Amino acid sequence: MIDALPLTAIPPEDEALRDDVKRFLVEALADIPAEVRAHSWTGFDAAFSRRLGEQGWLGITLPPAYGGGGRSAFARFVLVEELLAAGAPVSAHWIADRQSAPLILKYGTEAQKRQHVPPICRGESFFCIGMSEPGSGSDLASVRTRATRMDGGWKLSGQKIWTTNAYRSHFMIALVRTSGTAEDRHAGLSQFIIDLSLPGITIRPIEDLTGDRHFCEVFFDDVALADDALIGAEGEGWAQVTAELAFERSGPERLYSSIVLLDAWVEWLRSQTPGDTESLRLLGRLCSHLAVLRALSVSITGKLSRGESPVVEAALVKDMGTEIEQLTATLITDMLGRHPDVSPPPALERMVNYVTQISPSFSLRGGTREILRSMIARGLGLR
Amino acid sequence: MSESTDDLFADSVERLLRDQCTPAVVRAIEAGGDPASLWNALSEAGFCDALVPEEHDGAGLGLAEALPMFVACGRYAMPLPLAQTAMVRGYLARAGVPLPDGPIAIAPAATVASNGAVSCHHVPGALVAHWVLAAVGNEHWLLPVADALRTSTGIHGSLAADLSWPTVPASTLKTSAPFDALAAGALVSAAQSSGTMARIFDLTLAHANRRVQFGKPIGKFQAIQHQISVMAEHVAAARMAVELAASGLGFDPDPLRVAIAKGRIGEAIPTVAAIAHAVHGAIGITAEFDLQLYTRRLHEWRRAYGSEAYWYERVGRARLASDATLTVDFLRSATAARPTTGTAS
Repeated sequence: MIDALPLTAIPPEDEALRDDVKRFLVEALADIPAEVRAHSWTGFDAAFSRRLGEQGWLGITLPPAYGGGGRSAFARFVLVEELLAAGAPVSAHWIADRQSAPLILKYGTEAQKRQHVPPICRGESFFCIGMSEPGSGSDLASVRTRATRMDGGWKLSGQKIWTTNAYRSHFMIALVRTSGTAEDRHAGLSQFIIDLSLPGITIRPIEDLTGDRHFCEVFFDDVALADDALIGAEGEGWAQVTAELAFERSGPERLYSSIVLLDAWVEWLRSQTPGDTESLRLLGRLCSHLAVLRALSVSITGKLSRGESPVVEAALVKDMGTEIEQLTATLITDMLGRHPDVSPPPALERMVNYVTQISPSFSLRGGTREILRSMIARGLGLR
Repeated sequence: MSESTDDLFADSVERLLRDQCTPAVVRAIEAGGDPASLWNALSEAGFCDALVPEEHDGAGLGLAEALPMFVACGRYAMPLPLAQTAMVRGYLARAGVPLPDGPIAIAPAATVASNGAVSCHHVPGALVAHWVLAAVGNEHWLLPVADALRTSTGIHGSLAADLSWPTVPASTLKTSAPFDALAAGALVSAAQSSGTMARIFDLTLAHANRRVQFGKPIGKFQAIQHQISVMAEHVAAARMAVELAASGLGFDPDPLRVAIAKGRIGEAIPTVAAIAHAVHGAIGITAEFDLQLYTRRLHEWRRAYGSEAYWYERVGRARLASDATLTVDFLRSATAARPTTGTAS
């Protein structure tokens, strides 16, 4: 059994960051309507990301020597919580800040760190992650994109898909095969930092069911990569990716994808008199789940800050968190339809419809619900 | 109180319950056996006075420090209202009321009819309690259970009952010191539910790894694995919910935190109990197998002191009434670290 996660308080010095972030966001988001902010961390705004960089809020936990803020995981929790609560458009820098920069600092050479991390912290360099392929989704070890050694570097051929923001990113960190075949599974995989402006790379955005463009197909046609495109050790790609996914699953973004919608609904409920019992009960239910999930997420942040790797705990919280994010949209829809003679504002209707339609992605991205539950089962000792 | 003293207390509770509150003892008491031996052991260990201030010869713990005892009561299917007694004795000592002997139950509510008859509905532990604390108007009454007409409201083995008295008994103790009896009852039932869920989880995991069908342990089947993973999620959430509910250094339960925990745990209970029984199959339905001791308690505690329908509505009202524009700010203020509010020194 998993040990009980201890109730953990965010240290006062990290809480102190919150008011600064709130003040900044009030001004920076003044002109962005709620229904745009409801896109949460998929909203892309390069200028906004650069402004965060100017504030020192990108790479906030990374070493100052590389342009980072040198602060704790709790400071990052506070910052991210405020960004998500406000529905700030964080997508441009999101992956670089959360995963790519920590990965480069952990496995990269000094030259790679110097080249990539400072521009990430300035909000000038955006990253995407090349994992899935047409034949490799949850079964990630079956990737077929291949890098072959050649004079002075590597030749890359193959295809990635569902790569978020590839068409508006500067670099991709891709998991590819460098030896053996798909049957060799975890052996023979490596990670590369790929400059997306290189010849031989074709990127096509794929329109999603809400009309947005974020994920992409990426084709590599004998792309010549320099020697220093390899990140970490050749053949160690699987272990590096596994560690990377722990960063991806543990944050508050797994609780708050529907929070802007929830707050818009609260505003609507306040304008209705008297509040109907069913709606109040749902509101209390969502708040209660979120209060507990937030406490769990803070506790996991504490574990990360102590250098632990709470992989199973993070999977538990992500699975529960995404379920509540999804329920928020479907149950608010039910409440809005409870009184057919009452008309909520059109923007609220559009918002709830958007979140409802996009919400299946909440339990796909960062590891599907089914994969997470199997990970939890393994962690519990069911084999 | 330091963390190590905290652990010491939790360890001593754990040890005593493991030795004295065995499934055989639980079954004997539920079958009408004399609970005096178990009660005396709990009493002599000082557990009933965990929340009584030191100047009244108690251990002077706050809620957060006493929580491990409440959770342990759930894990061992405690057949006596130990947690309730500890809550009420802490309150009575602070109110300056002389502390009575014997187990004390908490009534979710009480009504006094125009002819003077008093009744309390659905009181957990009523059949083994000597006293029951009930809120009547602005007062709290400690009513003697021996004088009451007791009508069981539970199933086979349950110790819950309705209590009624034709007139107010002469030995009733009354105090007007403020106390939120419903929140106190909700907190102890949520905390015990959390411990019970953890125990049910252990039983279910062990069964899934032991029971062989189609030539392998059923825990190897993905359909079973995923159900048990969902159960693990609820168990982790329930434990955190009660940690939040009891957090702070004080003695008085904070109704909003309790509401969050009681609602969240009440919602989890049918799922956790259903998965446990699904994984166990027919053996889990028997009286002989221990699972029923625990799932029966979960269902009883879900109903007692307000179900999730009641508490979620209270949380919803609090959210709507709060000044916060952002739900995140509401959540932060609802669960922020609290200063000392109790009188424990």
